[in-house]
Amino acid sequence: MRRGPSAFNIAAITLGMGFLYLPIVLLVIYSFNASRLVTVWGGFSTRWYASLFQNEQLLAAAWVTLRVAFVSATLATVLGALAALGLVRAGRFRGRTLFSSMTYAPLVMPEVILGLSLLLLFVSVGLPRGFWTVTIAHTTLTLCYATVVVQARLVSFDEALEEAARDLGAPPWKAFVLVTLPNIAPAVAAAWMLAFTLSLDDLVIASFTTGPGATTLPIRIYSAVRLGVSPEINAISTLLIGLVATGVIAVYLLNMRRRTPGA
Amino acid sequence: MSVTGAPRPRRPWKRLGRPRGSPSWEARAAFLPYLWLGLFFLAPFLLVAKLSLSDVVLAIPPYAPKLDWSAGLAGVAAFVRALDFEAYARMGHDGLYLAAYLSSLKFAAVATLILLLTGYPLAYGMARCRPSVRQALLMAVILPFWTSFLIRVYAWIAILKPAGLLNMALSQVGLPAVDILNTDTAVYIGLVYAYLPFMVLPLYAVLERQDDSLLEAAADLGCTPFQTFWRVTFPLSLPGVAAGALLCFIPMVGEFVIPDLLGGSGTLMLGKTIWTEFFSNRDWPAASAVAIVLLATLVIPIVLFQRQQTKLMEQR
Repeated sequence: MRRGPSAFNIAAITLGMGFLYLPIVLLVIYSFNASRLVTVWGGFSTRWYASLFQNEQLLAAAWVTLRVAFVSATLATVLGALAALGLVRAGRFRGRTLFSSMTYAPLVMPEVILGLSLLLLFVSVGLPRGFWTVTIAHTTLTLCYATVVVQARLVSFDEALEEAARDLGAPPWKAFVLVTLPNIAPAVAAAWMLAFTLSLDDLVIASFTTGPGATTLPIRIYSAVRLGVSPEINAISTLLIGLVATGVIAVYLLNMRRRTPGA
Repeated sequence: MSVTGAPRPRRPWKRLGRPRGSPSWEARAAFLPYLWLGLFFLAPFLLVAKLSLSDVVLAIPPYAPKLDWSAGLAGVAAFVRALDFEAYARMGHDGLYLAAYLSSLKFAAVATLILLLTGYPLAYGMARCRPSVRQALLMAVILPFWTSFLIRVYAWIAILKPAGLLNMALSQVGLPAVDILNTDTAVYIGLVYAYLPFMVLPLYAVLERQDDSLLEAAADLGCTPFQTFWRVTFPLSLPGVAAGALLCFIPMVGEFVIPDLLGGSGTLMLGKTIWTEFFSNRDWPAASAVAIVLLATLVIPIVLFQRQQTKLMEQR
């Protein structure tokens, strides 16, 4: 028998959710405000959205950001899945402790340190800063998140299934591709999504490692925010929130559907 | 199925597969990410350490000495001789760095405490709900974590600024206006807001797994609900408390965006110091020295965090 939530529990949940969502809801509402002033409601309007699509700089930055996020998320997911396999399946190998520390540390490492250290690396080897340096930096950051997500799924996957395939004559790669990969696919997809959104969102590391022609959207938004609140920023933020929320909810529902019949 | 008797190897046939000593293909697969992290995560730290011992010069890049490989061993010797602890010495003399250091630790510690006090009731309430409701609530906590950090901090500016939404609401109900933006209070609000999901998720993970029969046993033995919580639920949730606290505390010490956008000119935090030294003052050695000090401070919490992560992953 599990007791239901008490009045205190419900109050805590309501307050907590209110705190988490109120600012976002207000931000979205005021992106449709006809007035330029935040506190004055001037009627419903989509003019700020229209003006976004005429802002060349912003569009260029959005394009750079999407490309960086796509490439770095893909790289990070592949490397992260390999790292997870190594950590879960390889048993004890030389340098395992160092390896697992390197995979977990960037999760909590302050971003300024990661950004600064990568920049110094790029400067010292003379790599010109731009698209690729940001992409490498984001891959390094998101690789760790991808590893953790895939690893969590791998530890609960019964290795005997893959061994059965091998016993039946499948070579290791085939057993992996046909048995293990379909099983961890939802986690791999989730890892990619997480890496993609983290890259989309990052300001600090991108600021350190970017160069001419590779200004990302968060850098643009940040410099606009420093000048003050404006409805255009609300509009672009609303679009980004909508994009990410749709993606996350889609993945969530997909996972739910997959799980229900099998369980 | 042998329930009793000597422990058997779980999968005896597993050993037959490969010859002893040769690494499995999974171990070989790990080589690629290993190489990547060594190159782009480990090596850069050595460079930061090196640069923190260099001097500032007006050049591109703005530091000296530079290692001259063409001069051979003599070049290396000259390079090593030119390194010094000047950047650290300057940090010691300038009280501003020490103030930023202490204030970063204070911000992170106080915010972690507030996060525990706000995150625990939320996670606890979630764990008490029906499974279907729990799933939806979990999703609701995770969703803000996926949406942009920068945007969520920005949302608070519109609320807290002098002619913002909070003051508008206050004047509606006849209360005096408050001036919160660009103060330490705003930084605390921002930190708690941005890191709340990081606190709730590990707490929820341990609370959700807790066996209800333990609570019933405690109640049967005469515990009041509060005693049950304090003597059973809370001690059992300590791993989650530790994970949540570390997951929030470590990155908050080096936080940049929140103190920069919500804090005032008097808000000192190390993340902001590194940013200013690097971008405004172009003093790369000083920025590196601050980064090294920050890292040295965080080494112990980071190691604790890693140990816990490894344990969590291996015990499942």
